[in-house]
Amino acid sequence: MAATDKKIVPLEFEQPLALLAQQIEALEKQLAENQSPDLDQDLQRLHDQYDHLRRSLYTNLRPIDHLALARHPQRPYTRDYFLRWDPSWTEMHGDRHAADDPAMVCGFLRLADDVKVVALGTQKGRTLRDRQVCNFGSPQPEGYRKALKLFHHAEKFGLPIVTLIDTPGAYPGMTAEEHNQAEAIAKNLFEMSGLTVPVIAVITGEGGSGGALAIGVGNRLLMLEHSVYSVISPEGCASILWRSSDRVADACQAMKMTAKDIHQLGVADEVIPEFLGGAHHDYDHTARSLKDAILRHVRDLAKLTPAQLRQDRQNKYRKIGSYLER
Amino acid sequence: MDLKEWFANRQKRKETAEVKTPLTTEEYCALWTQCFQCRELLYTRDLRTNLQVCPKCLYHFRIGAEQRIEQIADPDSYLELDAALSSGDPLGFIDTEPYPVRQIEATRKSGLMEAILTGTCRMEGQPTALGVMDFGHFGGSMGSVVGEKVSRLVEHAEKNRLPLILISSSGGARMQEGILSLMQLAKTSAALKSFSDAGLLYISILSEPTFGGVTASFAMLGDIIIAEPGARIGFAGRRVIEQTIRQKLPADFQTAEYLLKHGQVDMVVDRLRLKQALANLIEFHHRPGSGEESTGASTQQAIYSR
Repeated sequence: MAATDKKIVPLEFEQPLALLAQQIEALEKQLAENQSPDLDQDLQRLHDQYDHLRRSLYTNLRPIDHLALARHPQRPYTRDYFLRWDPSWTEMHGDRHAADDPAMVCGFLRLADDVKVVALGTQKGRTLRDRQVCNFGSPQPEGYRKALKLFHHAEKFGLPIVTLIDTPGAYPGMTAEEHNQAEAIAKNLFEMSGLTVPVIAVITGEGGSGGALAIGVGNRLLMLEHSVYSVISPEGCASILWRSSDRVADACQAMKMTAKDIHQLGVADEVIPEFLGGAHHDYDHTARSLKDAILRHVRDLAKLTPAQLRQDRQNKYRKIGSYLER
Repeated sequence: MDLKEWFANRQKRKETAEVKTPLTTEEYCALWTQCFQCRELLYTRDLRTNLQVCPKCLYHFRIGAEQRIEQIADPDSYLELDAALSSGDPLGFIDTEPYPVRQIEATRKSGLMEAILTGTCRMEGQPTALGVMDFGHFGGSMGSVVGEKVSRLVEHAEKNRLPLILISSSGGARMQEGILSLMQLAKTSAALKSFSDAGLLYISILSEPTFGGVTASFAMLGDIIIAEPGARIGFAGRRVIEQTIRQKLPADFQTAEYLLKHGQVDMVVDRLRLKQALANLIEFHHRPGSGEESTGASTQQAIYSR
């Protein structure tokens, strides 16, 4: 069941499904008023049709449909996962220099009796007010520096790091530039690559460019089934390469940004299946399967020595790239 | 020589002499360059001797990688590394044109295989690893090859204990290689982490323009960060920021001087003093007995010298 009490908002490509659901509902209403075997049969047929359509719809999604699911306003966010993983988790605030960025949520979690982690992730905000406060999930430099503070903390106490990524990208604002957004990101890439504790990064929704990578340099990169990861937003790509804002679907297709594609390109290590129709249909289910996957990888990496962990991460990124050498 | 011979020679010279065609408009224009800033008409050859800096207003013209190396490295000391690397087309990317076609076009325009040249050289006699990006090739964008060449250069410098200079000029990561381009940010930063841990010097030079993925990785990771006067440097582009915050930005926003004022770069050095400044910095950070006298190029595959 969805964690939110509100009805799930159907996306554009889900409209046929929503229509069918409406018909079923109407028929059920009629049936409740006057029993008839004819209607019973119709209802059964509609139900079958619904199941069939649902299955075929979600197994044949276009890249832009994955993007829509990844951006679904009811998609679970970092705080939803943290709360389900450890209801008594401790939040850490601030970068110790300038500010506390609400778009980056950091803290200490107990994932299992024997597994304590430093966890952090981007947060989009649920209500309009929240969303404005969080800049729709786009961290400021202070957010990345807050994350860096936590990385150093984890390093000092030998704790594994889990990062959840769901951001359109680093915030492109005037103060963000003045506070050196680029340096904040670069510094995180630099420091993350040298960490000697296990780092598991998960793309839970949108993985938007450098702003996502800045907390995403892990020994393992996991992606939820409908999440996306790209070098630039598809809107940005469409406007630069096609000089048109209505070629977003083409940009999504061309950039190979779905979880499946990223896995095939050797960047993501595992794709975690979502509840049919998307993670927002069942928060608990998604949180549980994600936690299981993270635990599996953390326990796996615990076998490596600190030096091996660093080397393992460096090797992962050293290999990525496609070039010809005459 | 007698008179007859002289006439014969003259005749021969006339026949073999090249016919001088009058200059085309384009060639004539190439003789002169107008400064973008002060509008002064400059004799192109003089401008070149002045390192492409306007003598009147100190405007720094954008320069290509080869010219930069010529300006900065000791004469005949540059040895290129990894010249044989070229891009693949990992995504089969097609926008209005296929990516391989765009690559050919970029090479035709810039005369380079990729948006960066890497190699070793000497700076006032001191062996140095040098990487220079070229905005004229594909907007200086970083794809797999740029990431790989930077990483290899950093590793080469670490192995041979050389100081490292990277001169950036880039619009950011290359969209046509998708996520693989983004991963080059992590790859280059990781290489620099090892390099830094080895106690070696990395000087990053930011030239007009340096943006996006390059700023958000190796360009901002220098032990010393130097910007060229007037260069525009930032993470997000001006237009994107203006659209996001719905405000006009100050005219000098994201310029080298603006960054200096906001504490983001260590110094702004003009091109005429750059080489000397770099040589001094390298000399200052040299640890006695640590740097070998060779650039290490002989042991590696030095492809050719220019």
